[in-house]
Amino acid sequence: MSSGTPVLDAAAQRMQLADYRAADLKLVPTRNGFGEGLIEAGSRSREVLGICADLAESTRFEGFKKAHPAQYIEIGVAEQMLVAMAGGLAAVGKIPWIASYAMFNPGRSWEQVRTIMALNETNVKIAGAHAGVSVGPDGATHQAIEDIAIMRVIPHMTVVVPCDSVQTKKATLALSEMWGPVYLRFGREKSAVITTGETPFEIGKAQIFREGGDVAIVACGILVYNALIAADRLSAQHGIECRVVNNHTVKPMDEAAIVDAARGCGTVVTVEEHQRQAGMGSRVAEILAQRHPVPIEFIGVDDRFGQSGDPFELVEYYGMGADSIVEAARRAHERKK
Amino acid sequence: MHSLTAENLTELKLKANDVRQGIIRSLLAAGSGHSAGPLDMSDVFTALYGHLMRHDPSNPEWPDRDRLLLSCGHIAPVRYSAMANFGYFPVEELLTLRKFGSRLQGHPERVTLPSVETTSGPLGEGLAQGVGMALGAKMDGKDFHTWVVTSDAEHQCGLHWEAVLTGAKFKLDNLTAIVDRNFIQIDGSTEDVMPLEPFAQKYRAFNWEVFECDGNDIAEFIATAERARSYKGKPHVIIANTIPGKGVSYMEGDYLWHGKPPNAAQADEALRELAADRERIAAHE
Repeated sequence: MSSGTPVLDAAAQRMQLADYRAADLKLVPTRNGFGEGLIEAGSRSREVLGICADLAESTRFEGFKKAHPAQYIEIGVAEQMLVAMAGGLAAVGKIPWIASYAMFNPGRSWEQVRTIMALNETNVKIAGAHAGVSVGPDGATHQAIEDIAIMRVIPHMTVVVPCDSVQTKKATLALSEMWGPVYLRFGREKSAVITTGETPFEIGKAQIFREGGDVAIVACGILVYNALIAADRLSAQHGIECRVVNNHTVKPMDEAAIVDAARGCGTVVTVEEHQRQAGMGSRVAEILAQRHPVPIEFIGVDDRFGQSGDPFELVEYYGMGADSIVEAARRAHERKK
Repeated sequence: MHSLTAENLTELKLKANDVRQGIIRSLLAAGSGHSAGPLDMSDVFTALYGHLMRHDPSNPEWPDRDRLLLSCGHIAPVRYSAMANFGYFPVEELLTLRKFGSRLQGHPERVTLPSVETTSGPLGEGLAQGVGMALGAKMDGKDFHTWVVTSDAEHQCGLHWEAVLTGAKFKLDNLTAIVDRNFIQIDGSTEDVMPLEPFAQKYRAFNWEVFECDGNDIAEFIATAERARSYKGKPHVIIANTIPGKGVSYMEGDYLWHGKPPNAAQADEALRELAADRERIAAHE
């Protein structure tokens, strides 16, 4: 620990987080966690299948294909088929994981997701890769920033957005063993590994990664790291102490944790790599409007499309960097008065 | 499967007549729904439930049952009427079609009525699910057969052809698609709205084995389906040529009956006609 760097607070220690302030912090794409988790899920149950739509390497199906060739199916560029065929396989007892870029599945396949997975209540699991503007150079066509909205609105769906690769692996295993239609969202680019093998994970249970009583920052996905960095700056530079909540399960959301954060801090900042409309933060607002109204600031893309660029340059440009979170928290803190 | 005797055939013709009467009664009670497709597929559904399929109405969840998917969910009245007439539920329940709280939803829903196998209505999705079921059967060494009933117009959907490609890739010879080739859709003739011909050639080019028959001739359909089912190495499609509205003379061949139910006077006339047909079938015997 370098001098002047605060030690991890009690909440972070309870959660057995990695030292996310360390200079040698590991950076691993969240999609790697999916690949590793799926291999293990396939070993635990022969019914677990991986169905691929011509993106084996980039969705991290390659390892599963090698480890479990009899459980791997390649169907080419056909995302509606992914969902519908998986529905048929689930109907005869399989546990199919279908993976593509989130923009195409569930982006292209939404009606099949609604009818065949949700209304029909089948045990199909969607892995939505390359979510967010941090896809980078591929540009707006491949940057899904509306997917949380279109998935959280569907009855019976479970929606999980893990914060790093380690948590993505745990989520893949937990969702494989949970009955029901699910959407697991993750990204392309290397991102900070802030949890460890010992960090607990439970679907539907939000996690407090940092304690503080002035502002609650409720985040999901790879931006949880930015929220933690912003919280450090807010403490050091502005004397504002933040509670940071890793709100990985967008549906069903941990309402008690959200209400508790609003009660404890009196104001909330939500942080997600998604349109501000209709995403995780909007769900937080729905809960709080009804149960404990407080001022809320929303970090996310403001009703625009993405574009090509360096992944983290884009995160900054679209207002989701640590500095933007600091400013939003200061506004939120001001609005309490 | 036992072979078809003349006596069986008469029984099946009488059943198909019962199925048609059930369709008319349920549509009249519902006050909305589709008439032409259900009537023209009555012979096919009777042949499936009455002769071709391995199934047990008293054990609808039997894991080794043949799977029958209705891709074009809007012709649900024929499936409901066939199921009722073959013992899945009381015939009187047909009168709850499309009503609040009924298991007989306007388009079939598996969660409320599990023996329909899947939820359908949005077109072009049934064959894709059938491909999944047939592939799952192969992976597990199960010998049940998967049948998928489709409309002709849903061949205008891209997803259907994704399923055709996939079925061929995995050589799903435990899968048979049945096309209700009645040439009508909501906006008119399929060949005016979006031409499908040459229909059989499309399937052949996609590496499916194609069979064609009169879909309103029970004996011919059964003979064709038995040949299809036993064909190895490729998935099969039966193009069942049907007359829309078959069995009710004023509906036959008229696309305007695609998406509407009969009113009370029209239903009366249809039922009188069907009752007379029933007499003829029985007398012929």
